[in-house]
Amino acid sequence: MIDYLANPSRFFRITNFLLPWLMGLSITLTIIGIYFALFDSPDDLVQGSAVRIMYVHVPSAWLSIFSYLLLSICSFFFIVWRHPLADILSRSIAPVGALFSLLTLLTGSIWGRPMWGTWWVWDARLTSMLILFIFFLGYIALSNAFERNERGSRPAALLAIVGSINLPIVKFSVDWWNTLHQPASIIRTGGISIDQSMLVPLIIMTLAFHIFFVLVVILRSHSILIERKFYHLKVLGKI
Amino acid sequence: MTPKKRRLFGIISFILPLGFGVFFLLSALNNNIVYFIDPTELISKKKTDQRLRLGGLVKSNSIEIIGTKIQFQITDGSNSVTVNYDGSLPDLFKENQGVIVQGIYDSNIFKADTLLAKHDENYMPREISNSLKSRGVWRGEEND
Repeated sequence: MIDYLANPSRFFRITNFLLPWLMGLSITLTIIGIYFALFDSPDDLVQGSAVRIMYVHVPSAWLSIFSYLLLSICSFFFIVWRHPLADILSRSIAPVGALFSLLTLLTGSIWGRPMWGTWWVWDARLTSMLILFIFFLGYIALSNAFERNERGSRPAALLAIVGSINLPIVKFSVDWWNTLHQPASIIRTGGISIDQSMLVPLIIMTLAFHIFFVLVVILRSHSILIERKFYHLKVLGKI
Repeated sequence: MTPKKRRLFGIISFILPLGFGVFFLLSALNNNIVYFIDPTELISKKKTDQRLRLGGLVKSNSIEIIGTKIQFQITDGSNSVTVNYDGSLPDLFKENQGVIVQGIYDSNIFKADTLLAKHDENYMPREISNSLKSRGVWRGEEND
């Protein structure tokens, strides 16, 4: 199954077929999601309109976790099976993940100033999220540190796998320690504690963000694949 | 052993100890990672010279405002501590709302220089809370 999909030309064919669908879906869902989030969802009882930041903050946070999980899985495949496509996918994921974790930190900060009364505190959730962001940056830096790009792949993949230890810490930090950040509202024991009128836009935005992520990762992996082909042809002296 | 298997075991034997290491490190640092302590823990500490953070709910009917100074009690249900604070208040600061103060505990009064409001995990529009209250199934705190 993996070997079947990992063939680069087959990968191109399948993803090229998927691209227009993903593009259409992500644009439609983003428009619907933003409309709900900004205009057609109620104010929160205590937060007022500031609750609308959640519709960007929470999907970005989930996507950051999801993309780091994918990054470490791809890196694991690359280390053990040495398949170049796993490396290319990791390289495609990292900057997108970094961007969304930065977005999580920034939107959280903007929400925190009026609600908590501070831009930033060093509590377990915020700190572990910052570490996640730094691991993304570390991966990007290390994977591009060498003249011959592919030499950085293995050390960077190892770094990504080491960083995956941080993932459960980000998720459960709010349960394990007292934090300023509120505990989970959706994936928790005792059911969902977000009202349905707010849950629907949140889910639409989450879907939109994740589809957008897949779309960008596919586009990036295409360009990296072409770049590598080009490089090898150049090394062989064919162009 | 094939090279593939060797790499697989290499990764596992590298990550597992590291994971355990981080786990023990975090358990050892537990007290430093906790962002705040509750009133019961604070009262059990007889002597507190250093600055610390105290968290809990603002006790109902305990807020007194004198000029820019504010005095209120933080409770965790079983114990409560009187807090003095002089400064600006975040929007979420209300009775029965979570709050974290930073400062010095001295002769049974907590002198705070920083006040942070804590939001809980419940997100709810006003209409819903009103209808829950009118049907008598409201389980949260009285917010207003």
